[in-house]
Amino acid sequence: MMEGFTPILLLDMGLLAMLVVVAFAVVRLRSLFAIVMLQGVYSLLSAAWFVSLDAVDVAFTEAAVGAGISTVLMLGAMLLTEREAKPVPFQKQLGPLFIVTIVALAMFYAVGDMPAFGDALSPANSYVGADYIAATKNDIILPNVVTAVLASYRSFDTFGEVVVVYMAGLGILLLLGLNGNAGKWRAKPNGQNITGRKNTAEQREDKP
Amino acid sequence: MTAIFEHFNFVVVIVLMMTGLFVVFATQNMIKKLVGLSVFQTSVFLLYISLSKVSGGQPPIIDKKDLHGASYPADGGYDAAPDSAYQAAEVLYSNPLPHVLILTAIVVGVATLAIGLALVVRVREVYGTIEDDEINKIDYNENLEGVAR
Repeated sequence: MMEGFTPILLLDMGLLAMLVVVAFAVVRLRSLFAIVMLQGVYSLLSAAWFVSLDAVDVAFTEAAVGAGISTVLMLGAMLLTEREAKPVPFQKQLGPLFIVTIVALAMFYAVGDMPAFGDALSPANSYVGADYIAATKNDIILPNVVTAVLASYRSFDTFGEVVVVYMAGLGILLLLGLNGNAGKWRAKPNGQNITGRKNTAEQREDKP
Repeated sequence: MTAIFEHFNFVVVIVLMMTGLFVVFATQNMIKKLVGLSVFQTSVFLLYISLSKVSGGQPPIIDKKDLHGASYPADGGYDAAPDSAYQAAEVLYSNPLPHVLILTAIVVGVATLAIGLALVVRVREVYGTIEDDEINKIDYNENLEGVAR
């Protein structure tokens, strides 16, 4: 396998190494602004790797939607809520760490059964994908196979996706309203005035 | 060792996925949880797209000399492909199907993320905090769940 060591492979590994560093930084950091921006960096790095993996359409969608719109949405939500995450005590991280380790080991066990990276004859790459490439040449005048599948062969799927986006927009309108008061309004459930973090401790002392 | 080298994409993607999952499990802050979910989701995209890579392939945009019935001008507009390497050999494309799936998943992902963030803003309006454990405490103290005690 060492004879297959090319500059592209070096690029792939460099991008993956940067992705790992960014993901670990998200775990360690507490400033929400930094975390949200690192999420944008993560999306942009994965978009760069998508270009290397020949998925150009996915790359520019990820760069626009993942690194652009998601970051803007998260920054907006952060501005309406808080700027800093509370530190989590170490003993509360042990349980999640245990679960994550078990799941990772199970997945590593399955890695040996997966096709090698770049295998043209793997089951995923052999049948349907090749058929779509062959059919697009004759059926559809557009040379881009991804566009052909998305907008023609599987257009109902894409229509469903548009419906999902519409439902999400409707849900946000119903949750936050249009009066521009989102995040500033204070609710009083059951007529009680819940004042939040500052007064939580003294409220707790009031009640037995 | 060769097996790990041939499957390096899976190994790294599993590490990235588990990092995202750990953030979702371990943090109390809801916005950080959503960032962890987003990292997890992007890692799943990486898994799918790395499966579709064919080494030596090119993006699934059909080469102009492969197109039949195309309305491109026969001369002018573009010149004949200068690289002779592809002239005889059949052009190899990466698998377009995972790309289509992930394009849909990216857009659906940002829709669900937006709904999640709107819920976080609403939670903050009611509780004044977005930390999970503090919300549980307030729930208990104010009896917001309506449990008879």
